[in-house]
Amino acid sequence: MIPSNSASVASAALLGELLRRRRQMAMGRRQMAMGRGGPRAALSRACLSVVSVCRRRRRASGRRSSRMQKISVLLFLAWVSFLFYAGIALFTSGFLLTRLELTNHSSCHEPPGPGSLPWGSQGKPGACWMASRFSRLVLVLVDALRFDFAQPQPSHGPGEPPVSLPFLGKLNSLQRILEIQPHHARLYQSKADPPTTTMQRLKALTTGSLPTFIDAGSNFASYAIVEDNLIKQLTNAGRHVVFMGDDTWKDLFPGAFSQAFFFPSFNVRDLHTVDNGILEHLYPTMDGGEWDVLIAHFLGVDHCGHKYGPHHPEMAKKLSQMDQVIQGLVERLENDTLLVVIGDHGMTITGDHGGDSDLEISAALFLYSPKALFPRVPPKEPEIVPQISLVPTLALLLGLPIPFGNIGEVMAELFAEAEDSQPHSSALAQASALHLNAQQVSRFLHTYSAAAQNLQVKELHQLQNLFSKASADYQRLLQSPQGAEAALQTVITELQQFLRGVRAMCIESWARFSLGRMAGGAALLAAACFLCLLVSQWATYPGFHPLLLTPMACGLASTIVCAGLLATTGLKLDPVVLGAMAAVGSLLPFLWKAWAGWGSKRPLAALFPIPGPVLLFLLIRFAAFFSDSFVVAEARATPFLLGSLILLLVAQLHWEGKLLPPKLLTIPRLCFSASAGQPRHSGTHALGLGVGLLLCIRLAGLFHRCPEETPACHSSPWLSPLASMVGGRAKNLWYGACVGALVALLAAVRLWLCRYSNLKSPEPSVLFVRWGLPLMVLGTAAYWALASGADEAPPRLRALVAGASVVLPRAVAGLAASGLMLLLWRPVTVLVKATTGTPRTRTVLTPFSGPPTSQADLDYVVPQIYRHMQEEFRGRLERTKSQGPLTVAAYQLGSVYSAAMVTALTLLAFPLLLLHAERISLVFLLLFLQSFLLLHLLAAGIPITTPGPFTVPWQAVSAWALMATQTFYSLGHQPVFPAIHWHAAFVGFPEGHGSSTWLPALLVGANTFASHLLFAVGCPLLLLWPFLCESQGARKRWQPLGNEAEARVRPEEEEEPRMEMRLRDAPHHFNAALLQLGLKYLFVLGIQILACALAASILRRHLMVWKVFAPKFIFEAMGFIVSSVGLFLGIALVMRVDGAVSSWFRQLILAQQR
Amino acid sequence: MKDTDIKRLLYTHLLCIFSIILSICIPSFFLENFSILETHLTWLCICSVFVTAVNLVLYLIVKPNASSKRSSISYKVTRFLKCCIYFLMSCFFFHVIFVLYGAPLIELVLETFLFAVILSTFTTVPCLCLLGPNIKAWLRVFSRNGVTSIWENSLQITTISSFIGTWLGAFPIPLDWERPWQMAIERKKMCRSFCVPGMVLGTVTQ
Repeated sequence: MIPSNSASVASAALLGELLRRRRQMAMGRRQMAMGRGGPRAALSRACLSVVSVCRRRRRASGRRSSRMQKISVLLFLAWVSFLFYAGIALFTSGFLLTRLELTNHSSCHEPPGPGSLPWGSQGKPGACWMASRFSRLVLVLVDALRFDFAQPQPSHGPGEPPVSLPFLGKLNSLQRILEIQPHHARLYQSKADPPTTTMQRLKALTTGSLPTFIDAGSNFASYAIVEDNLIKQLTNAGRHVVFMGDDTWKDLFPGAFSQAFFFPSFNVRDLHTVDNGILEHLYPTMDGGEWDVLIAHFLGVDHCGHKYGPHHPEMAKKLSQMDQVIQGLVERLENDTLLVVIGDHGMTITGDHGGDSDLEISAALFLYSPKALFPRVPPKEPEIVPQISLVPTLALLLGLPIPFGNIGEVMAELFAEAEDSQPHSSALAQASALHLNAQQVSRFLHTYSAAAQNLQVKELHQLQNLFSKASADYQRLLQSPQGAEAALQTVITELQQFLRGVRAMCIESWARFSLGRMAGGAALLAAACFLCLLVSQWATYPGFHPLLLTPMACGLASTIVCAGLLATTGLKLDPVVLGAMAAVGSLLPFLWKAWAGWGSKRPLAALFPIPGPVLLFLLIRFAAFFSDSFVVAEARATPFLLGSLILLLVAQLHWEGKLLPPKLLTIPRLCFSASAGQPRHSGTHALGLGVGLLLCIRLAGLFHRCPEETPACHSSPWLSPLASMVGGRAKNLWYGACVGALVALLAAVRLWLCRYSNLKSPEPSVLFVRWGLPLMVLGTAAYWALASGADEAPPRLRALVAGASVVLPRAVAGLAASGLMLLLWRPVTVLVKATTGTPRTRTVLTPFSGPPTSQADLDYVVPQIYRHMQEEFRGRLERTKSQGPLTVAAYQLGSVYSAAMVTALTLLAFPLLLLHAERISLVFLLLFLQSFLLLHLLAAGIPITTPGPFTVPWQAVSAWALMATQTFYSLGHQPVFPAIHWHAAFVGFPEGHGSSTWLPALLVGANTFASHLLFAVGCPLLLLWPFLCESQGARKRWQPLGNEAEARVRPEEEEEPRMEMRLRDAPHHFNAALLQLGLKYLFVLGIQILACALAASILRRHLMVWKVFAPKFIFEAMGFIVSSVGLFLGIALVMRVDGAVSSWFRQLILAQQR
Repeated sequence: MKDTDIKRLLYTHLLCIFSIILSICIPSFFLENFSILETHLTWLCICSVFVTAVNLVLYLIVKPNASSKRSSISYKVTRFLKCCIYFLMSCFFFHVIFVLYGAPLIELVLETFLFAVILSTFTTVPCLCLLGPNIKAWLRVFSRNGVTSIWENSLQITTISSFIGTWLGAFPIPLDWERPWQMAIERKKMCRSFCVPGMVLGTVTQ
């Protein structure tokens, strides 16, 4: 049945006007008998056939201009977004510089510098720059082998309990070898350079260089290395390189291996495929002997870390397996073979990596040779070496040239000859290796500084001096071989000093910034923010809209001019610069024109309309981006700010007397009736909303992930997927809770739609809400059940489970997409009821005779006349046409916009929810709940200006943006790369994606920026909600107006609440309000990105810039892009609904006319 | 009339500030190892007691609204009891608000509660003294145009500035996470330092 209370009525709005038009006529018919009694009740179903005729002509003319307005509003929003994008791109291109990759190569015939090649290398077979010490190499790369995984455990006494951590002491064979053969093996703690992502590490481990930050994001798609590298040198020297393992190598070194067994690396949930594949081929290949260099890249440990974390029993199993592998290899090694076991990076306590925390950059490095290699026994505490030291060391040990771009330093210890008891010759060998290395690095520096000019000249000069001195010393020593031991040591120290100096300088200067671009980008961002502020003020003034399209033309013109200029001058066409030029070219004329239009007509103070407290909040938020502590603590600071803003809203309501009925406040001496308006909500209502919001925010705060900078903080255990839980009972309970949250979300949305809209309507989108949403819930729940218990499934059902976990998420996403399509196709969810002209339960007509004497009489009489005429008209129509609907009652027209919005948001939320871990569904429930509460609270404070202009206050927009940020954190995100939920890429694609990169990127992006997207799309609700709440307010007002005296006095009150139809009645104001809302939201987001950019540029030499500010900027920029797109879509959706309502009206009228 | 009121107002505020200073100085004579930073809990208690006492004494002496018509003992006792209940309720209310604002639920419960107590002494106790246990009157004072006398005006300003000071006191927390709840004191100091100019402003503007 139709809920009668929400029967908001089609074109009740039109009736008011009709009443006024007919007033004249009614005056003449004063003798007409008229009925009394609630005209409202009778009018509650409007007679469109009468009304629409009057307005039809007017609307037809307004329709076209309205559509033009809509298009110009959307274009303008797109243009403003483009300004921001151009600013972001310009800033990014200046801030995140890439290192120049040189394509030069070292070659055997070309020694790195003048002077004879060292000692003993000439004439020997296989000798290049130096005689090779090993002819074969087995490189075992265990991904994420942290140093402490391999660290020997002190043997504990009989009384002590054994170590309990699952990853400690599992690599027993290393320990045994180190104890038994101290001269053959050595364990190092190698320090990887951030970013600690596998591809960057592989690049570093083969080129000996420092891949920069900008590469961090391209871990999905790794591309061939163009720089000189070890693999290339090996191939050039004709060695057979056999590879097995991670298929990242395939992209990095296409066609470089004589034999290769690649296994997919992307699926982090799969612990065994890669490792088992390697083991299948490893020993046969080794025994076959068709190899010179054998590389095996195991991924199991890394994947185990990602899936379970290091503290899981699975990690112990994995490490034991690695231990067996090493054992097996050691047994098979021949005398001329070197075994290297290395971890490319470490992992955090949650098993992630990518950043630069100690746990992430410390990796194990283990060397073993069947013949004695080291002159001394290993030190108690393993030595710390930079990871890239391995590159020159291996190159020289294998008799290869050191890769051209290497800046690593050879591990001198390995070049001391162990059997040789003479300390002098051993030191000389070390010095010669170091000298070769230094020559190579110096050559590289020379070439690089000539090509790129981003090394610091002064330091470069100092280093060159140091090198020439050391080199001269070395040459002198060579001339007099019986030189002193001390002199040799000095040379070694000098060379090492030089190499370390170069490395330090490179680390520092490969983060060089282009200040001009950074300043330009920041200025563009600031200008765009200013523009948003300005235009959001002007948008409500009439005559503004024609101005909106000018920037497009200007921008296009300036782009063409700029492109032409650049083309004629022959400069390289940089799309970033071109975009920025276009932005500036369109911005300046617009501002100038707008300024001229603004002129001196209005005071400048009106330009800055943000009320004080909100300005303060925005300033605090702006300032907080400049402190790394606050950026790190943003997850806690944002809820605090949001809570403060909410309490401020409640307090403001109270302060202005809107919270409490005035009778509580009036005291005899003062009269309040002038200042305090009618309260639309009772005090407890608003207070309850506020406290409920605070509670929701606090609860959502329980789902937080700690930044690594705060060691005292513990991440919420609820963020991990259910599959990682060990207890069966707790898992089931949690699963129940998650499904409960899903069902609650569904029920809440349906309840809301039931209340404000109609689930009975036969429209396809409504049908979809009724039947499609439960299906989606069912699919999600089933998928979670499979995902959380997939490992426990009986083997018979494995295939079924695997198939279902592919199909279910895709089905849910497909359902959601089809639902959105349906919604776009038929967004009007109005139930139209045709009532044939059956006589309604008529109210008693009390006769009214004589002329109306007062205005009150008139106001009372006119509706009655109208009613009478309507009845008569209908009667006549009925007589002429006996069939066909004559009057039409349209239910839920008053909430048609927000119903579409809420449906769209729900449809968006479900696929996003599927991308998160199961327990995050509770946060999604909270998200909907708290935005609902916030909207209600805001609606309580926003007055409805009936004829327009409509505005959304700043505090509403700021609270909305703050809530988006707060939800970002409570969905378990942090603005750092290791915290990205990579597993989202496997939802629906458990086997990985093959070579496509955009799909996983899209999935991970949707997971990361889910809250940005949802809140941006839902932004128009801020405008719509106060009108939606009008129905409640109106109903409350109705109750005291029972007595007829009052009803006579205030006939205006007797109109049906028209709710969102008020917006439709003033299309110009509606469009302006949408534009204003969009610009305000963009402004609030824009100052965040501006603050990030400024912070990153001002603090670019800060210790934390790569750890905190740069990732924050990147996340904020991505979030801004997602938000602006979402905002655009949301506003476009509202406009689509508006268009559909218009055409619906048209169809209705046509149907009536027939 | 007005001048004398302003004078009295000024004196009461000076006395309040003086009592806080006393609460810092005096305990160091009696208690060993007393310092604001290390034994902040003790100090919070003492400060709260001092301020309450001063407020009560001032109320009894000054009697800004000596208009109680009934003066029977039982009425006074019920009024006093009501005040106590209100005070306790406000403490719990503030505690709940702090927890909602992000204070830990279980750890540091004592610190949080003491902080709620001291905030109550700065806000609720003057309200109770001046307006009595009458929620309606409170609501009236804290709304626009609701102030009727200079006393209420000063009450409004001091209370609101106390809240603002407390709120501002939360900002150093992220900067200083090594000493988590020493912040109570920071908040307290902030709170007071914002109260004082507020009071002076209040007196001057009248």
